[in-house]
Amino acid sequence: MDWRGARKDLLAGATFVGFGLAFAITASTYEVGTALRMGPGYLPLVLGALLVLLGILIAVTGFVAGEGGGIGPVPWKAAGLLVVALVFFGSTVRGLGLVPSLLVTVFLSAMAGRRARVVPAVVTSASLTALSVLIFVIALQLRLPYFGPWLG
Amino acid sequence: MGVLEGLGLGLETALTPANLLFCLIGVALGTAVGVLPGIGPTATIAMLLPITFGLEPVTSLIMLAGIYYGAQYGGSTTAVLINLPGESSAAVTAIDGHEMAKRGRAGPALATAALGSFFAGTVGTIALALFAAPISRAALEFGPAEYFSLVVLGLIASIALASGSTLKALAMIVLGLLLGTVGQDIYSGTPRFTFGQRELYGGLNFVSLAVGMFGVAEILRNLEGETKRTVTVAKVRNLWLTKEDVRRITAPVLRGTGLGTVLGVLPGAGHVLASFVSYSVEKRVSKHPQEFGRGAIEGVAGPESANNAAAQTSFVPLLTLGLPANSIMALLVGAFIIQGITPGPNVITDEPALVWGLIVSMWIGNLFLVLLNLPLIGLWVRMLSIPYGVLFPAIIAFASIGCYSLGLNAYHVYAVAFFGILGYFLIKLGCEPAPLLLGFVLGPLLEEYLRRALIISRGDPTVFLTRPISLVLLVLAAAAFVLAVLPAVRRKREDVFEDE
Repeated sequence: MDWRGARKDLLAGATFVGFGLAFAITASTYEVGTALRMGPGYLPLVLGALLVLLGILIAVTGFVAGEGGGIGPVPWKAAGLLVVALVFFGSTVRGLGLVPSLLVTVFLSAMAGRRARVVPAVVTSASLTALSVLIFVIALQLRLPYFGPWLG
Repeated sequence: MGVLEGLGLGLETALTPANLLFCLIGVALGTAVGVLPGIGPTATIAMLLPITFGLEPVTSLIMLAGIYYGAQYGGSTTAVLINLPGESSAAVTAIDGHEMAKRGRAGPALATAALGSFFAGTVGTIALALFAAPISRAALEFGPAEYFSLVVLGLIASIALASGSTLKALAMIVLGLLLGTVGQDIYSGTPRFTFGQRELYGGLNFVSLAVGMFGVAEILRNLEGETKRTVTVAKVRNLWLTKEDVRRITAPVLRGTGLGTVLGVLPGAGHVLASFVSYSVEKRVSKHPQEFGRGAIEGVAGPESANNAAAQTSFVPLLTLGLPANSIMALLVGAFIIQGITPGPNVITDEPALVWGLIVSMWIGNLFLVLLNLPLIGLWVRMLSIPYGVLFPAIIAFASIGCYSLGLNAYHVYAVAFFGILGYFLIKLGCEPAPLLLGFVLGPLLEEYLRRALIISRGDPTVFLTRPISLVLLVLAAAAFVLAVLPAVRRKREDVFEDE
């Protein structure tokens, strides 16, 4: 048995146990009802409990088998930048309008590349924004204003 | 309506200029994303779903379906030319296809793939046309109890057929089912798991989920390591098959088509399974098995036919029962719903032009694909020179706009980020996202059928066992579950998937 060898399965198991518990505990605050007259909380409670069980099984079998390996490198910077890029778009597209919001979002995501530099990222951002406007607003006639009220 | 009458109506629908145009756009886009590594048909269809809102229902489905089977063609092109399967079902094609290319026979390998796929696509389409109406007629008799059992069977069967850990696939399905319960409860109106946010009352959006798990997570996977794209593209000299080639591929194409047509109907990764099974069958029946792995043309002909036939018949459960068999079909359920059509056995009688138009368009699309792929092969290969540093920001841009345009709701964009990160870590931990998406789409149906069946039976839970069709389906589900966890079968299944 090797704790390190099974790290992948232990983490997977823990993730499922976490989600299962969160759903089951929240579901138990709704009206659960009985198997014959199910309330809104019934099925999520049962499924949450099942997920906890599956998570424990995954962790245990992984621990016994002792294989599964590590999880390998994680591109933390890229993950962070992509999240910020998406959240920025969601929170500003209405206020700033499509063009400025998308320019920043594409720039941030382009910077997530491994050897990204500022100038090529700006070029990518400008050309992809132009392309998106062409496809979505001009060709597909999506009603998204170019500039929003915050800039008015 | 008979099959011939249906096909006539389908031809009429599929041959309108708009539908032809969108069929062409769909298969061309599909080929492109099949060729490009790092973006697949699932993420593409998810991103395009929101903008299909303005199209006619049949036109939008023709295009989205085209992306799916077009990607099968594109995936085999890169598999042969640069040993990089753009699609999971093309993984086996790469084994012998790329060997052929290294020996200067890239042309015949591509021609075999395209012609085999075309033949298989034609047979698959005919099978779909023949079986669609009878199955949906039978399904009209189904009550909620039968539907509940059918969904259970579909979910269990999809893990029995998947590669990798059964337990993890099962856990992913359950997590998907749970995520599907977010939003207002249909019976009591109670908001569930919404953190008091009004924006979540309508539930999580499956487009965001699919774009996050298949698009953003895939980008992060690609940004992990040095992007080694040593693209040494094999030269395509001459596409013609010799007489000897034609003789050698005939039987494998037929066998692959048969296998694919049958396996494609199964839930889960039917088309991937079909190509793997076909490869091992060809290796077994071959008189010269030592050639496999060294450029045997049979190893291209069989699997390529199998995955394309399967791609066509995987539409059967969707069009007849309204139930998706894999994650792409789950997205097409969404495409129906965006158009205000509830998928189910009624669709073929209520919207015959849609179903038959879609079926016929798939045959036309396959024809387009042969024309697009063989003469224009150089164009697709050139697409590989698009740097990844431009490609993935484009995916983020399209994903943001696409998801936001669904009801102009910022939460749909935040959800992409959330599911992107969640999906990435789950993939890292050995959990594939496809079962989760299937569970997510089927979850609300499962709950609705379960509760409706119990209301109709006045709370008698034996209703699932006393109705014969429901009982048979549940017995099948139990059998599939036993098969999935039985160690001997699991080993055998891994053999099939690892038989390379």
